[in-house]
Amino acid sequence: MRRLLIVALVSSLLLPGAALAVKPDEILKDPALEARARVLSQELRCMVCQNQSIDDSDAPLARDLRLLVRERLEKGDSDKQVLDFLVARYGNFVLLKPPVEPSTLLLWGLSPLVLIIGIGALVVMARRRRSLALESEGLSAEERRRLDGLVHPDSQG
Amino acid sequence: MIPEIGHYALVLALGLALIQATVPLYGSIRRDASLMQLASSTAVMQFIFVAGSFAALTACYVTSDFSVANVFENSHSMMPLIYKFTSVWGNHEGSMLLWVLILALFGASVAVFGNNLPVTLKANVLAVQGWIACSFYFFILLTSNPFLRLAQPPLEGRDLNPILQDPGLAIHPPLLYLGYVGFSIAFSFAIAALIEGRIDAAWARWVRPWTLAAWMFLTVGIAMGSYWAYYELGWGGFWFWDPVENASLMPWLAGTALLHSAVVMEKRNALKVWTILLAILAFSLSLIGTFLVRSGVLTSVHSFAEDPRRGVFILGILVLFIGGGLSLFAWRAPLLRQGGLFAPVSREGALVFNNLFLTTACLTVFVGTLYPLALEALNGEKISVGAPFFNLTFAPLFIPLMIAMPFGGLLAWKRGNLLGVAQRLMVAFAAGIVAIAITFAAAGVEHVLAPFGIGLAFFVIVGALIDLAERIALFRAPLATSWSRALGLPRSAWGTAIAHAGVALTLIGITCASTWGTERIVALKEGQTVTLSGYALTFDGMVQRAGPNFRVLAGKFTLRQGGEVVGIMEPSKRTFGARGMTTTEAALLSQGASQLYLSLGDVNGDGSAAIRFYYKPLVLLIWLGAVVMAFGGALSLSDRRLRVGAPKPAAKPALQPAE
Repeated sequence: MRRLLIVALVSSLLLPGAALAVKPDEILKDPALEARARVLSQELRCMVCQNQSIDDSDAPLARDLRLLVRERLEKGDSDKQVLDFLVARYGNFVLLKPPVEPSTLLLWGLSPLVLIIGIGALVVMARRRRSLALESEGLSAEERRRLDGLVHPDSQG
Repeated sequence: MIPEIGHYALVLALGLALIQATVPLYGSIRRDASLMQLASSTAVMQFIFVAGSFAALTACYVTSDFSVANVFENSHSMMPLIYKFTSVWGNHEGSMLLWVLILALFGASVAVFGNNLPVTLKANVLAVQGWIACSFYFFILLTSNPFLRLAQPPLEGRDLNPILQDPGLAIHPPLLYLGYVGFSIAFSFAIAALIEGRIDAAWARWVRPWTLAAWMFLTVGIAMGSYWAYYELGWGGFWFWDPVENASLMPWLAGTALLHSAVVMEKRNALKVWTILLAILAFSLSLIGTFLVRSGVLTSVHSFAEDPRRGVFILGILVLFIGGGLSLFAWRAPLLRQGGLFAPVSREGALVFNNLFLTTACLTVFVGTLYPLALEALNGEKISVGAPFFNLTFAPLFIPLMIAMPFGGLLAWKRGNLLGVAQRLMVAFAAGIVAIAITFAAAGVEHVLAPFGIGLAFFVIVGALIDLAERIALFRAPLATSWSRALGLPRSAWGTAIAHAGVALTLIGITCASTWGTERIVALKEGQTVTLSGYALTFDGMVQRAGPNFRVLAGKFTLRQGGEVVGIMEPSKRTFGARGMTTTEAALLSQGASQLYLSLGDVNGDGSAAIRFYYKPLVLLIWLGAVVMAFGGALSLSDRRLRVGAPKPAAKPALQPAE
């Protein structure tokens, strides 16, 4: 009886509180399906949270989405079909890795572009420097004569 | 009375900062030594007044003076004393006060320890510090005054956000701010150099210790924040690619690049323009980080637009300093003469490679963090950029960086021999390959990439050892010679090797914990047992306790391995009455560098408790690696050359044959 009381107290106490993200009752019987569900969950955003995947989030919406993902998987959807279904419903906002589209071209392309430009610029600079270095290595006849004079003062006689 | 004193001290600090920002600069133009010297005394006085202001706010918190609005909103009389101290910076206004306190601390340190700096450089550096300080004093006084009073003081405060009631808060923000704000010194040095239009290798030597110190603090600060999130948020992740985290990672990446390019500048008088640019960028990214976190723009562009006062103010500061700094750079940088030619394959070349990849990695984080905001502001389209994006784009940039790491230290300055270095790294290659083979043998071929991560880490660690061994001619000279060489080796050489090994440790931790970590999510009834990775966890029942300002509901669990009791784990939930909030307190049990992580979920009607139980192999190496990195930095910082500071042209020994 006492334990029951504690449990009752505890559950009332926890009603608004934090729960675990993935709850035991959500887990699918088939471990392979469940593993796929977990991977998919990490790619999907909990739309009412700040930068949390539905796999991490405690929000009720995240739970709904997790259950939805599992429901689709159990119906035999492929991973892509599940994602497409969710995108059709909620838009690209639901994807934590945005697709490559005209509006995300810069997002995906800027760093590789800068890296390539950077490497290119370094190659050009190295070439220019080498030619500079070659130029500066060459001594004029006058300089060579003076250098010889400094290095071998005796031979000058 | 105390809040008013604090407020007044802050206003006086602003006054001093205004003097510091203008008079020394005028003095440096007029070549008036006494005007220039004013910079040091105002910097020190400014620090004293901000410290007084900070102490006043702390006093309000410790005495639970709820007539101060800021204390009322973020404190509670029943809170443990340590949290009364830490809640000073657990809110917007207080954290900005901490920001300027640390800024003033750095300014005062330059004033006190910068005696070997040229007078004009010191005056200009402190003047630039003064500008930064002024803008943030105005920001605090006009938009975020922590000393505002309430007309009718309430009896009890609203309590500090429970998530922040943790020792992590005591350490994390101050460390992070020491890092962020520390880069302001590099920035001020860069601006001062641009104003003077003169820069040389000595400049790099003056800047490097400050940058190194800031970098160390930022490294430990980020690691600390990561560990805090790991144990506090209850799902065992250590890095979420959250914009707030990215805001601290960006200055770290730029600062790491700056550290390396400053070496080239100090040793070879090359990469001057680039180093100046990095110094400006590192602090700019710190400012952007402050803006992102403090303006509310992250929650959404719209919430930012609803109360834009603070955001617009910081945006103004941002535009002023980043725009101003970059304009000055564009205008004056061409004056700086390039020196020190070098071949592409050389120590310099390796450091340029490092810089290219670090800045690109930084750009990736920058674009990923700001793109959704920009896109939404531009055409209202909402996208999310999260962990899957960053994992895909960031990691490929770090792999070449780490492959190049051992090469950098072994390549000669000016012109290196790549093949020769590769030969000297044979042992490191071998170690890497052996590590890959062993990992495959032990863990199977399920995860194809992870063993290569381990191999890369071993390559870097052994590479760092080879670097040291080469320097002390280990096995090539008699041991006694090597020993005396090791003693004579500059501490910065040890620091480099240790810091690089630290990066490798972090890589091992990340790879192992994210690849071979296991978890069980189950509901357990009293007496039931669950097994995971060779451990058996038995649920012994629930207990309730009362904390100082919260109630605790804890589950008692016994952990066994092979029948032997390893330990008791007590994950709990804390319910804070004042805010009606609950936090989860995970139970952690370390086994070597690995950890068992247990987090408590709902308690069901039938008396069973939902738990999330993880085994995280070698996870502690992630943060240990960061500490090792910072330790390497500290060793390097203690290098005599840096302490002595000003490089005196050493009496040239007899001419040596060219290498």
